[in-house]
This record gives sequence, structure tokens and C-alpha cells, in this order.
Amino acid sequence: MFSCEERVNELLPGRCREWSEFRGQRHLTMVREDLLPTMRVLRDSLHMNMLVDVTAVDRLEYEGAKDRFEVVYFLLNVDTSQRLIASVFLNEPELEIDSVYSLWKSADWLEREVFDMFGIRFRGHPNMKRLLLPEQFAAHPLRKDYPVQGRGERHNFPVITRASS
Amino acid sequence: MAKQLSERGDSILWTKLDAAANWARKNSLWPMPFATACCGIELMAASASRHDLSRFGSEVMRFTPRQCDLMIVAGRVVMKMLPVLQRIWLQMPEPKWCISMGACACTGGVFDTYAVVQGVDRFMPVDVYIPGCPPRPEQLIRAVIDLQEKIQSTGTLNASEFLQQTTPKGPDRFDSDELGRIRLRDRLALKLPIYNPRH
Amino acid sequence: MPMHLTEDEVDEYGRREGLWTLNFGPQHPATHTTLRLLLTVDGEEVVDAEPDIGFLHSGFEKLAEVLDFNQYVTIVDRMNYVSPMANEIAWHHAVEKLLDIELTPRCKYLRTIFAELMRIHDHLLCVGACILDLGGISAFMYANNERERIFEICERVTGQRFHTSYTRVGGLLFDVNDDAIAMLREFVQGFDKTFADMDKLITRNRIFVERTRGVGVLSKEAAISGGATGPVARASGVVRDLRRDEPYLAYADLDFDIVCSREGDCFSRYSVRMLEMLESVKIIQQALEKLPSGPIFADGTGKEFMPEKREVYQSIEGLIHHFESIMPNRQMPCEPGSLYAATESPNGELGFFLVSNGTFRPYRARTRPPSLVHFALFPQLIRGCMLSDVVAVLGSLNIIAAELDR
Ligand code: SF4
Repeated sequence: MFSCEERVNELLPGRCREWSEFRGQRHLTMVREDLLPTMRVLRDSLHMNMLVDVTAVDRLEYEGAKDRFEVVYFLLNVDTSQRLIASVFLNEPELEIDSVYSLWKSADWLEREVFDMFGIRFRGHPNMKRLLLPEQFAAHPLRKDYPVQGRGERHNFPVITRASS
Repeated sequence: MAKQLSERGDSILWTKLDAAANWARKNSLWPMPFATACCGIELMAASASRHDLSRFGSEVMRFTPRQCDLMIVAGRVVMKMLPVLQRIWLQMPEPKWCISMGACACTGGVFDTYAVVQGVDRFMPVDVYIPGCPPRPEQLIRAVIDLQEKIQSTGTLNASEFLQQTTPKGPDRFDSDELGRIRLRDRLALKLPIYNPRH
Repeated sequence: MPMHLTEDEVDEYGRREGLWTLNFGPQHPATHTTLRLLLTVDGEEVVDAEPDIGFLHSGFEKLAEVLDFNQYVTIVDRMNYVSPMANEIAWHHAVEKLLDIELTPRCKYLRTIFAELMRIHDHLLCVGACILDLGGISAFMYANNERERIFEICERVTGQRFHTSYTRVGGLLFDVNDDAIAMLREFVQGFDKTFADMDKLITRNRIFVERTRGVGVLSKEAAISGGATGPVARASGVVRDLRRDEPYLAYADLDFDIVCSREGDCFSRYSVRMLEMLESVKIIQQALEKLPSGPIFADGTGKEFMPEKREVYQSIEGLIHHFESIMPNRQMPCEPGSLYAATESPNGELGFFLVSNGTFRPYRARTRPPSLVHFALFPQLIRGCMLSDVVAVLGSLNIIAAELDR
């Protein structure tokens, strides 16, 4: 069997992408424009038929990081248990990336959660709304510049006393 | 509670109306299990086999607020849930009581985060607090017994004891100025609308 | 998911003639904890369902960034509160992979035993609650009795009924004693009876079978593309179990089968769960037989772990050792990098994605919750079913709100 790496490089030659390994796991880093074609190749030619998870990392306080947001995709081949971690880096003004919903249905809520927590929009997603937090919530809490205790949203409710209920 | 006058026959009881009402109320507490998280599992365990809450006269768990008079808040209550909780509380008929079960419902517990309400007693009345994470079922049973004692000793027929309580009963907010401080620091007027449970 | 209606069929409120909207939850007995469904129903038939979640979002992942690898285990516990120890094991599995620690055999076996115990616990509650929602209360009582027995074992071993916080980086909080082993043996022997009782009550119960057979069918393709794992996927014919496919802990030395079914309906999800409990009992039995002796903390790897609690309380060296191991400036360094590690939790693949920046504290710790992925499948399962099937499907998916929302 071809290794994943050779196969992708062969099918999509000449693009800027980087492979690395940490503790036996393959990581693929690519540019934003490459996301959909690469993912399609991974799914169709390499049978990465399950999208296990989508998440993001805010690298604001990470030493030596060049880009701020990293969107991470976890792929799995159900039959051979081969895994791949793919990531794309994004920066502040254009926080938009293509949605992979058309390839894997599980991307639906996972991408919505990333939007909710980090404010990264997914182009082509059918229902880009907040998933976990209330619609009125103004911030994206998993960004590093948002305090753990919040900005006081948790105190913003009317008080009901015995006499008034 | 009642003094039985045997010389007038066995069938007459003399008592105060308040005491009679309290006696009836305390022995038929119908809990509304507002189980949100892990404490809810212990609440389930308390009412199921082995612990069996029904031995203490409060087994008829009703999930309709209109039929209940004891709210058991079991588990953490978060921003999105608090308006629901308040709304359910408002829907319950008087007289009603509230048990706040678990560290999270009492104080926020280990979750000192942006989303978790730091104690439901800041926004609604609470009668009995149960510490623990999660409290053992025995603790919940003890709380129910304590509440029964409280009803017996302070209750009135027309529930007028509630009318005096015009401020939240919980402990003082240790960070009562947190909101103002944050607003000042961030020069940020929060645009969040206040969630209104009454609409 | 929005309703798929053509323009002229919709009235001014966005509703179609004859369709009405039903709000299910967030406080509803069958949601077990808290989730909300906006059902569009046509008479009694569910046309569409739009889940609304986040009623228990408490910022777990944000908390992870301020706690260290050992402290966060207490928070992880509260994630899937029906099988807390399985979460701890998953969390420290990921952390140990990041720190490159090899566990001692005894620790591996103990963790295996408790992971399986939690699987039994989770499945008991799931099956019991599912049948409770469908109207049968006795099976729940039987299940609960057995659960109390598991709680007793946990209490004996760790001191807490269910938020045990039992694992530590590279080891466990306490070793188990003979008492606990005896209790485990007794539990394993007595389980068959409970299983038979429940089986008799449920499996051929006409009402249960008719309400779950052919309801909420998930096809194999949909399961894979929707990311389903664990019992939900196995009931749809996806033969995949991390215990076998990516063995961790002591699973490689133990002999067990993977329970699968082909139909993918609520009933097969129920049967898979029931039979998995038997497999778990088998695993516990074997693990108890083979349980090696020795230390529970990995040693000799040049890394400093927490001392055992008994040492901390009874000797000054242990106390100093403990003090040093929790000082932030003395803690174990860890290589910067990011990694994903998953275990087979009772509900499916529970994975953690860790980003480390060289300290003993995760820079980012993402949880991959099986419940979230499974609940996303819900609208697709319920379309075309009856209103009363909603609880059956919800119960069979075993949605745990704290894990769903984190
Ligand atoms: S107090 Fe503990 S057990 Fe109860 S809801 Fe909070 S975290 Fe869960």
C-alpha cells in the first residue's frame, strides 16, 4: 500500500503542504485554498471515510507561533484504523474556511461548535449558527483573550425573590 | 401537634389551622426534579431501589411544574438554563420550596467559568442547601427531612411567611461588583438583553 | 436543520398548513438531563426535528487551560457522569501518550477492570432509563440495584461513590486491596442473575419490542459518514472497536468478542448494549485472574510522579515528595506538540486532542465527545417516526448532556 503521504503528493502535485510526525501520528498542514481538494482526495482515494472531529486552536499565547488560529481535522479510515490529523492556519481578518459538510455529514455540528467557540466561519455550511451558547452571547469563549470567568454574562439575569414569585 | 381530648370522644382533634396545613404539606411534598447534571443521577439513585425516597413522604416525582411544590435543583445551572429554571419556578403553585442539591447548584462548584451561574440562590429563593459533589442519596433524604421540619415550624396557612422575603436569601455575592469592574475595565457596555423569564 | 418546504406551502409564521411545532424539553423526563428538541409534527408523525443544545455548557475546555494534567481529571469526571472513570482513563491515556509514559502492568490491568466496570454501569443505566421512558419501571430498579453495587466497589477503592478522580499521570491514586478484589469477584459472579432478570423482563417484552424494532434505523453508510462510534455504530454493522483495533491498556492480552448487529434500529442498539455487558464481565473475570502484582506508578523512566496517597499521609518524605510534585516549577516538562488519543468509552470513541507548549498544563485540551456526534444524527433518525418514538430513539442513543455540551 502506498503511504498516505506519497499518495496525496502524487494526486495533488505541486501544492504547498507539510507533513510531520509526533508520537507516531501523521500531521498534514496545508493552506486554506487546498482544503477541499485535499480532503476530497483523502476521502475518495485514501478511504478516510470518517471525520472524527473538527476543532480549532487559538495560538495567541503559544511561543513561536506564526499564525493565530489552527483548524484541525481528524480523519479515520474505519477499515484499516489509519488516522490522519490535518490542519489549516488562519489569521484574524479573514476567519473563513470552506466547510467539509459536503464530504462528511458529521462536520455539521462540529463546525458549528468551532464557529461558536472561536468565531471561525465555514463557507458553504448549511446552518452556520451558534451551537452551544445563547444566540445573544457576544464573544467567542475559547479564544485566549477571553477570560475564564467571562465578562460578567453569568450575572446578567433578573432576580426572583420569594415575595415576587 | 394536636391535643386529643378523650373525654369528649376519640373523634375530635383540636389544633391550629396552620399546624394542620403544615402537617399536610410536609408529608406530601411532590418534588419537581430539575436534574441537569451528575447530581441528577444521584437524585435518580435516591428515588430508586435501595435508597427509596418514598419512605419519607416525597416520592411522587412530577415533571410538570404545575403539580409540584418542591423544586430540587440537582446539578449545575448554566447561562442558557437559568431562564428556564426561573420560568419553571414561577409556574409552580404556592406554597413551594426549593432544595439546591450539590456544590454546583449552591455555589457553582468546581466550575468557576464564564457559563456557569455561581449559585442559583442569587437569582431565586432556596430553602435547603446540600453540599457535596455529588451529595450522597442519604444527604438528599436528610435535606427532605430538614425541609419537612422547617415547614412544620415556620409554615402558615396562607404562606404569609414568604411575603416578608423581598431580597434573595442566599449568601452575599462575594464578587458583587464583578460586573461593574469588568465593564469599567473593558469599556464595554454589555449588549446582552436581560433574559426575561416572565414573558 | 431547517424545514424543507416549498415557498407557497408556508404560512406567515413559516409553518405549513396542518403542521405544528412541539417544544420538547429542555426540562423533560425523557431528555434525562437537558436538551431541547423543536419537533415539527404532522398529526402524530414527526416531520422534522431541530435539536437545540447547550443547556449544560459549562466551559470544560476553557477550564482545562488553567488546570494541570493531574487537576483536570476532576473536571473530566463530570463530563460523562454515567461512566466517570472511563473518562479519567481516556484523559490520562491521552496525557500519558503525550508525555510518553509506559504504565506498569498492574496499573494497566486495574484500569482495564475499572473501564469495563464503568461500561457495565453505563449500559445498565442506559438500558434501564430507556425502558423507564418507555413505561417499564421494574427493569430500571433491577439495573439500579446492580449499579449501587458498582458504586460500593468504587467507594471501597477510591473513597467516592462516583466522581472518583482515581487516575493520576502514570498511575492511580490508590492500589486496590483484597477486600475490593473480593467485592469485584462477588459482583462478577452475581451479575449473571441480574442480567437474566433484565433480559427476561425486556428482551421478549412485546411492548418494548414493538416500540423499538424498526424504529430509528441508522444505515451503515450514514453511521460512518455521520461519525458514529461505539454501540451505536456497532448496532448498524460497523465492526469497529478501539479495544481491538487500536489496543490500549491490557486489552491486547484479553480475550473478548465484539458485539455487532446489522439492523441499526433501537432494538439492536439495546441488544448490543446488553450483550456488551456480558463481554465486559468476561474481561473483568480474566483481568482479575491475571492481575499482576507490583507497583502502580511507572518508575525508572526518569520521570517524577505523584507519590501514593498512603505515603503522603504517613511519612515526611512522601509529603515532601508530594509537595514537590505539585509545585508548578518542579513539574515534569513535556515535549511541545499536539496529539490525539482515543479510547473506547461506553458511549463510543472518547478522544482528547492535546496541544502542549512544554509545560505540565495543556495549552488546549479538546474533547471529542461521542454524544455530540450521535445527537447530530438524531434528526435523521426520527424523521418519519411517531411522536412516541422520540423517547425510544433518544434513550437508545444514550445522550449524556454534560458530555454533549461540555
Ligand atoms: S455538584 Fe458535582 S456532582 Fe453535582 S452537578 Fe456539580 S459537578 Fe456534578
